[in-house]
Amino acid sequence: MNFEPKIVGFLCNWCSYAGADLAGTSRLKYPPNVRVIRVMCSGRVDPLFVLKAFASGADGVLICGCHPGDCHYLEGNYKALRRVTLLREMLKQLGVEEERLRLDWVSASEGDRFAHIVKEMTEKIKELGPLSIRT
Amino acid sequence: MEPRIGVYICHCGANIAGTIDVEAVTQFAQGLGDVVVARNYKFMCSDPGQALIKNDIAELGLNRVVVAACSPRMHEPTFRRVLQEAGLNLYLLEMANIREHDSWVHENGTTEKAKALVNAAVKKVRFHQPLEAREVPFNPNTLIVGGGIAGIQAALEIADSEHRVYLVEREPSIGGHMIQLDKTFPTLDCSACILTPKMSAVGSHPFITLFTWSEIEEVSGFIGNFKVKIRKKARYVDMDKCTGCGICQEKCPWKVESEFDAGLAQRKAIYTPFPQAVPNVPVIDKEHCAYFLKGTCRACEKFCEAGAINFDQEDEVVEVEVGAIILATGYDVFDPTPITQYGYGKYGNVYTALEFERLCNSAGPTGGEIILRDGRRPQSVAIIHCVGSRDQNYHEYCSRVCCMYSLKFSHLIREKIPEAEIYQFYIDMRCFGKGFEEFYKRLSDEGVNFIRGKVAQVTDQAISEEEQGKLIVCAEDTLLGNLVRVPVDMVVLSTALEPRRDVEEVARTFSITESQDGFFLERHPKLDPMATMTDGIFIAGCCQGPKDIPDTVAQASAAATRALSLISRGKVEIEAATAVIDEELCSGCKTCIPLCPFGAISFEEEKKTSVVNEALCKGCGTCAAACPSGAIAARQFITEGILAQIEGVLV
Repeated sequence: MNFEPKIVGFLCNWCSYAGADLAGTSRLKYPPNVRVIRVMCSGRVDPLFVLKAFASGADGVLICGCHPGDCHYLEGNYKALRRVTLLREMLKQLGVEEERLRLDWVSASEGDRFAHIVKEMTEKIKELGPLSIRT
Repeated sequence: MEPRIGVYICHCGANIAGTIDVEAVTQFAQGLGDVVVARNYKFMCSDPGQALIKNDIAELGLNRVVVAACSPRMHEPTFRRVLQEAGLNLYLLEMANIREHDSWVHENGTTEKAKALVNAAVKKVRFHQPLEAREVPFNPNTLIVGGGIAGIQAALEIADSEHRVYLVEREPSIGGHMIQLDKTFPTLDCSACILTPKMSAVGSHPFITLFTWSEIEEVSGFIGNFKVKIRKKARYVDMDKCTGCGICQEKCPWKVESEFDAGLAQRKAIYTPFPQAVPNVPVIDKEHCAYFLKGTCRACEKFCEAGAINFDQEDEVVEVEVGAIILATGYDVFDPTPITQYGYGKYGNVYTALEFERLCNSAGPTGGEIILRDGRRPQSVAIIHCVGSRDQNYHEYCSRVCCMYSLKFSHLIREKIPEAEIYQFYIDMRCFGKGFEEFYKRLSDEGVNFIRGKVAQVTDQAISEEEQGKLIVCAEDTLLGNLVRVPVDMVVLSTALEPRRDVEEVARTFSITESQDGFFLERHPKLDPMATMTDGIFIAGCCQGPKDIPDTVAQASAAATRALSLISRGKVEIEAATAVIDEELCSGCKTCIPLCPFGAISFEEEKKTSVVNEALCKGCGTCAAACPSGAIAARQFITEGILAQIEGVLV
């Protein structure tokens, strides 16, 4: 059977969620594997959320925020960046491949970019196969 | 209280129901824990759809509602109102976005995904708590940035209602690009004649405080309560003493290219850009003033009878408080130099549209004579459309004014040089506005040659006697299907309108965003083109996208109306979804304090806990993400709710 990965997406309300909305309004097509959770800011994404997603069966986690310098809350995206950097290190030790956690920037006008990121990430995780955490 | 959840799935006509099996999603929802009722309906946002929810709230005693429909950015306010009208707190709603994020973007798997999104929303809504929206007073003053026609129009609309306007312009005078134009299409009104009365009204209006030669330094605060720092650049001329006699400009020995005349004439180092400037007080251009460069001269000072020259003046930063902000920062003219095949900068007689405007203008460098650099009257002129617009190498968009101003140029040439041959090289003629098509027809009857084709090259390499000493425009006439070489004396490039060079910096200062073309992004492209994603900040004119004067004026008035409606209400509701710290759980580690970008968290020494100032908190939740004790709840987005949502999407 074909492996259809499950990807949890955390999108900031102001840029990336709006960008994903624009992808919809523009009827751009991308794989249905991503399931979006709206947060006010990418800085809201507690590393716990990412771990919880992996523990609950996600094969990938995508965090999208405003481009650096464009954060609606000034610098929440930088905080997300710092947390993700540390979190990746930890995930590596758990045997989770780096590519399963992706942080990217999508502005409210970049519907095509969002669709592209989801496509790319879905393909990548299909290559990696289902997540199996080293025990 | 036990959660009693109602789930409502919208068909949105065929927008959702066309690809998602709404019946299956409804049945699925019906089986979820705490769900009392699940229904689907054609248009949930319609009156009958809303009534459906209201009835259920009343009859079934629902205390939580999930609406699976479009983006919450679209209809969340609608459904929140429904809850409120049914006597339920508006924050007890959660939306599942099954349209923008599902039915519109996927070819398969849409029903499964819709189930997952509904499941997540049901799991999350259980954690929602009633919140009270807070109201704060709305400052009745307005800041308008940019003194072109958009800023002028908006300023007058608001000031006429006797509310204070701070109008900030970075040039020495208001007027913008419009004051540089000669005639305006399609009516051929003289641009200055229709604009200067408005400019002088701004200059003398008791409710307008005008800051020219000034820029915005910093913006803080939020809707209704912005604090703005304005840098008044040193003018080196005392505005109170100057009488505007102009003797300083006469006596100043230093000449500089005039920006107002698009570089075709010169101005002095102390100057007012044009005679009708508002305010009619010159500035000293420090970069080019002999005194500032070499330490001697001061000719202006010697001749100024009013004693208005003050070389010791310094920049001054003024702070104002406003409720709303309107950005009307305009556009830049595309520089055609990179399109080397058109020879701008290489051949003297290739002009940009703005240069040509100044050539036609009776107050311009040639007194309104259309003449070449060597003083001859051109006997033939080619006008090349879409230079920098509709071109994937530069700007993909149409600049919306070039077809029409190009037609206007034809008319002006015909008027001033009746015998001249005029060629319009166009891709498509776009004459969409009121009176535009009629104007096109009129010009066709004035003996203008229309050639449909994008110009490949402008060259001086003659291949026949007829072409000697001329500029040869090479193009393909796509209607006749042949290549043409047209020798002319003068070439005018219909240059694009593009975003201001510092658009990114300005967007950051005001916390707004740009669209892909680089112009400011509107809140909704159709229904809210004058608002931005940042509450209380509006946009008007070409900073939002290229447009002509009537459209600019309409948008500026609309933006002013939006500001006025907020002002007349006098108060504004601000986000209730702030962060709150549980004193019992807070360990007093202070991790959250430096993380808050708004300085909303402080430490209470007595209790040894952190505390959030809700008036400053904007609800980003960054603190909640970092709190090692889990003591901070980002309301509406509490950790437990999001964890439940994560489980929900992974069914």
